[in-house]
Amino acid sequence: MIQSIDYYAVAAPLILALTGGLVLILDAFLPRKAYVRPMLGVITLAGVLVALGVVVTQALRDGAALRTFCVPEGLAGPTRAGLGALPAGGGPDAAAGAAAGPPCSFVVDDFTTVFAGLALLAGVVVVLLSMAELAHADIPVGEWYFLLLCTLVGAVALPAARDLVMLVVALELVSLPVFALTALRRYDGRASEAAVKLFLVSVVSTAVMLFGVSLLYGMTGTVYLDRLAHTLAEAVPAIDTAAGRVSIGSRDATQVIAQMGDQGISSAYASSLQITYDLPPVVTVAVVLVLAGFAFKVAAVPFHAWAADVYQGAPVPVAALLSVISKAAGFAGLILVLVAALGSQAPTWAPIVAIIAALTMTVGNLLALRQRHAVRLLAWSSVAQSGYILAPLGVLSGEAMRASITYLIFYAAMNLGAFTVVMLVARRNGGTEIDDYRGLVFRNPLAGLALAFFLICLAGLPPGLAGLFAKIVVFREIVDGGGAWLAVVMAVNTVIGLYYYVSWTVRIFTPVQVTSPVQVTSSARVPSGVGVTPGADGGDEPARADGEDSDGEDSDAASRRDRMRGEWLPVGVAIALTGVVAVAFSLAPQLALDLVPSSFLPG
Amino acid sequence: MSWLPIMLLGVPMAGAAALLVPSRMDGPARGRLLRVHGLAVSGVTFVLALVLAVAFDYGDPARVQFETDLTWIAGLDLRFHLGVDGISLPLVVLTALLTFLCFVYLCWGGADSPGQLLRPRAGGNRPRALVFTLLVLEIGMIGTFLALDLLLFFVFFEVVLIPMYFVIAVWGGRARRAAAIKFILYTLLGSVVLLLGLLLIWAQTGTLDMVALAQAHGTGMSRSVQLIAFVAVGIGLAVKTPMWPLHTWLPDAHTEAPTVGSVLLAGVLLKMGTYGFARIAIPVLPDGAVVVAPWLGAFAVIGIIYGSLACLAQRDLKRMIAYSSIGHMGFVLLGFATLNSTGVNAALFGNVAHGLITGLLFFLAGAVKERHGTADMSALGGGMLSRLPHLGSLLTFACIASLGLPGLAGFWGEMLTLLGAFEPAPGLSRPLFLTFMAIGGLGAVLTAAYFLTMLSRVTHGRSVETVVAPVLAGVGGGHAFTTAEDDPAPSGADGSGAPTTGASGSRTEGGGGTRAVAENGDSGEIRAGSGLPGGPRAEDASDLPGGTPGEDRADLPDRTPGEGGGDLPGGTRPEGGSGLPGGARAVRAGGLHDVAGYELAAWVPLVALIVLFGLWPKALLLITDPVVRTFVGAP
Repeated sequence: MIQSIDYYAVAAPLILALTGGLVLILDAFLPRKAYVRPMLGVITLAGVLVALGVVVTQALRDGAALRTFCVPEGLAGPTRAGLGALPAGGGPDAAAGAAAGPPCSFVVDDFTTVFAGLALLAGVVVVLLSMAELAHADIPVGEWYFLLLCTLVGAVALPAARDLVMLVVALELVSLPVFALTALRRYDGRASEAAVKLFLVSVVSTAVMLFGVSLLYGMTGTVYLDRLAHTLAEAVPAIDTAAGRVSIGSRDATQVIAQMGDQGISSAYASSLQITYDLPPVVTVAVVLVLAGFAFKVAAVPFHAWAADVYQGAPVPVAALLSVISKAAGFAGLILVLVAALGSQAPTWAPIVAIIAALTMTVGNLLALRQRHAVRLLAWSSVAQSGYILAPLGVLSGEAMRASITYLIFYAAMNLGAFTVVMLVARRNGGTEIDDYRGLVFRNPLAGLALAFFLICLAGLPPGLAGLFAKIVVFREIVDGGGAWLAVVMAVNTVIGLYYYVSWTVRIFTPVQVTSPVQVTSSARVPSGVGVTPGADGGDEPARADGEDSDGEDSDAASRRDRMRGEWLPVGVAIALTGVVAVAFSLAPQLALDLVPSSFLPG
Repeated sequence: MSWLPIMLLGVPMAGAAALLVPSRMDGPARGRLLRVHGLAVSGVTFVLALVLAVAFDYGDPARVQFETDLTWIAGLDLRFHLGVDGISLPLVVLTALLTFLCFVYLCWGGADSPGQLLRPRAGGNRPRALVFTLLVLEIGMIGTFLALDLLLFFVFFEVVLIPMYFVIAVWGGRARRAAAIKFILYTLLGSVVLLLGLLLIWAQTGTLDMVALAQAHGTGMSRSVQLIAFVAVGIGLAVKTPMWPLHTWLPDAHTEAPTVGSVLLAGVLLKMGTYGFARIAIPVLPDGAVVVAPWLGAFAVIGIIYGSLACLAQRDLKRMIAYSSIGHMGFVLLGFATLNSTGVNAALFGNVAHGLITGLLFFLAGAVKERHGTADMSALGGGMLSRLPHLGSLLTFACIASLGLPGLAGFWGEMLTLLGAFEPAPGLSRPLFLTFMAIGGLGAVLTAAYFLTMLSRVTHGRSVETVVAPVLAGVGGGHAFTTAEDDPAPSGADGSGAPTTGASGSRTEGGGGTRAVAENGDSGEIRAGSGLPGGPRAEDASDLPGGTPGEDRADLPDRTPGEGGGDLPGGTRPEGGSGLPGGARAVRAGGLHDVAGYELAAWVPLVALIVLFGLWPKALLLITDPVVRTFVGAP
């Protein structure tokens, strides 16, 4: 039996994987010259861009979803089912099975292309940041790019995964290289600590999730998400009408999935009590375990504690990667499992998700309030943002994942943008504290304005309309779904979040007064300008000492500036890229809304 | 599609965008250009608003005119839907007028007189950023009044937050940071709740079109949903209005904001909240309004009494005017709470009148603060009418207008509100509203009480007063006071008991403000503040980040506004002599400039309009009445 593989469908991860291998080999065989570092970066960038191009063509292509790694026609369905007989083609879902075709492990549909595109675009930014990071640090280049590409392979493959095994493998492919990436800065104790923390947390979460997955498999006898959904929904008496709807639906797999989510939810509404009796309680345990596993990945409370230390310890590009690519992958998996496979269990997981979302945004925001370190602040704020992304999933609404994905897209642009400027400032001044951003807009107007814009976007206020509209989408979903308390919690959190975003933004616009270049002493540095709190001054001094060499116009400043130039270009491109995207999303949010899988659109 | 509303938003936007283009000009030329730019952009906007007012079809003010309806974000049903009718037209014109007058105040003449745009100050006055911020603010304010789509309204409602935050936080007074953060957090909390209410309306009715929603008059929404939506929308708007007990951000924000910030905050931003009541809450959610109206009325009269009593206890002029805003907004809210056409018309009238009067009051308070370096009434002493006759007269006029003297604009809003409360809409308890009316009447008396008390303390009374002598030792110019600002503890700053020699010594070192007692502005006796009320002054002097006191210190001895020269009381005009010893300067500083040309230019239109609307209230009521009648369903 030979399985036919649709190579076009798997082209994107394939290209990334091949580029990864190529980079590793080139690194091993090329001489250790100065040009190698940027060259490998450019090769990686090219690989990511080609993959992105493939994803774009896949997205623009009309017609049915691409599917590969399918169960061959001749092969019988699952022979063993924990819940009882559920032959693949039998019962009321025969029509649905025929419509959807045989179960496949790898499906490229709108959902897939959105997440893959998101991951690859974020990947472009991360590669650009990496080029700056690697310009002269003693980090092994080949390994870095190889690991980065491996992560991207996972991030691209994950949203296409339609069975539990593939899902877990892809998720591990996203996670595992990140430990190594974090630890690649070997001389840095903080990085090693971060790597160990990340490793432990991730391994534990994987174990928890695998336990849940194995329970699901044991219960249903299948790993394919659509079959899983059928089997679980089978227990619900209302399945007849719902299955009828599915059969009417189009051939698009995602639509089927979405409708399954719908039907599961609607029928679950009708008979949530019955589910509890009809399905063994172990299903609930499995659902909770899987949820917990993903909660680790997206740093949701109560599995959030690792975020700040890891973000701070890791190099900035890795932090950006963790906060966007890894998180997007986690959410893709979460949405796939919850909505596509466990849609019928919504009454079980939706309240849990709602509580987790509320806790996540609250705890993240409260922790972010007291941070003085830029990356730490972004770490906690991205935890809070995870809460906003989770929130729509917490109300029993058919379009929940649409709102989540929309928010994720906006969030990715805004947060990556913030990281690019953080990277720039960290490379230029060595400053990592919030106070080092004081007067940024005067030293570097474009970077300052860009960061201010990204932060205001994250806060969700005009002129950062992108963030505002993202929040409106989420709020609308919650209000529609009747999650009033969740909406109020989120409203309060938006205000809390505003505080730290705005106080950071204000620092960007606060002038640092240097009376004359001669007296660059601490007394002259006491800024007499606008809005300086005494506390800020106190915190400023140590940071000054750190970044002294960058500020002082010394002899090595010139050579330093030369190196800066090599770094500046990729970071500048990254800032420009994210800035353009964020501005475009602000002026025409429809761009992002159009990206969201149309099958999740109403009607 | 009509170009006028789009231009009204587009001109300030283009003006703000033009400022982002980096320029290579040198300082003075750039300053001149900036001045002209600000005046021109806001002037064109104001002219457009006037064109709008002229072209408006007064025969049918209830119809939405100059309508523009474009799709913006299909996924959110958000339409770029603008239009003007009888209740938004006055507010649009008021906004454009006040913004323009603020720019006149900032940019007229040389623009470097006290409080003006190009006035140098420690830490940089950043004129370009100020013009930019004010123009963005104008977009938000005008857009709010033009929007006919719920979400678009919300977006514009939010647009003003960040610019106003920066106006307070960058150009504000001593405690500006705390005030600014309080302002933005409070109002954001309000607007998020507002958003939830709007989304609830949307979820229930499936449309965001305000016109359609107002015509539907609440059909499609159950009573309980309307109630919840009204409470959410109402809380959101009440924070902005502000309604007691959600008002606590307002006094701080007003006190710390620079003059133009206070003017726009009081004159326009507060109106956005009340406009929301008239535009969204009452017409769209009538059933909810009937249930909540008694509560709204109760909070409104509490606000009236509370604001008046708080005013009586204030020492700071700006703070007092801020609290008086709470009282006046209480009248406006009481007008809305009656839900009848008299009351709502009164509320809308009071809205505009308050914008004009309080705008003028804040201009005047700002001018007083610029001159004296403080707005503390006991420190100002009395006798302003004899010392600064023009300024004192204008202040008297504005106060009398604000307390509701018949014949001036402030009267009609209050009187008609009380009249409306006499016979509230059917469905509301009449005895309750009669009680409100009685309490409101008491509030009107209290309003008169605190304004007259204030006038007796500031404009009348004995003119043995204390004046902060904003002396600047050393050679004038930017460098000197930069040094003074940079020094964290000027030796003369807090030495309220220091002997004369010590004080003058510190002056020559370039210390901060010193104080002198000038009796009637003529004698030469200088005492180093030993007999003065110490608190606020010491704070002024040690104010590091260079707020308004810093400007004052710099302005008086060194600069004489050329165009304001004619208004100066004779003989006390300070000279810009840099070599004068501190003592001689302090003597001269006893004489203050009276109203300068740029101030007069900004204030006279407001005075004229206050008188006009006071004598001819029908001008405004005729436009609003038809709209109000359709909204409240009155015949």
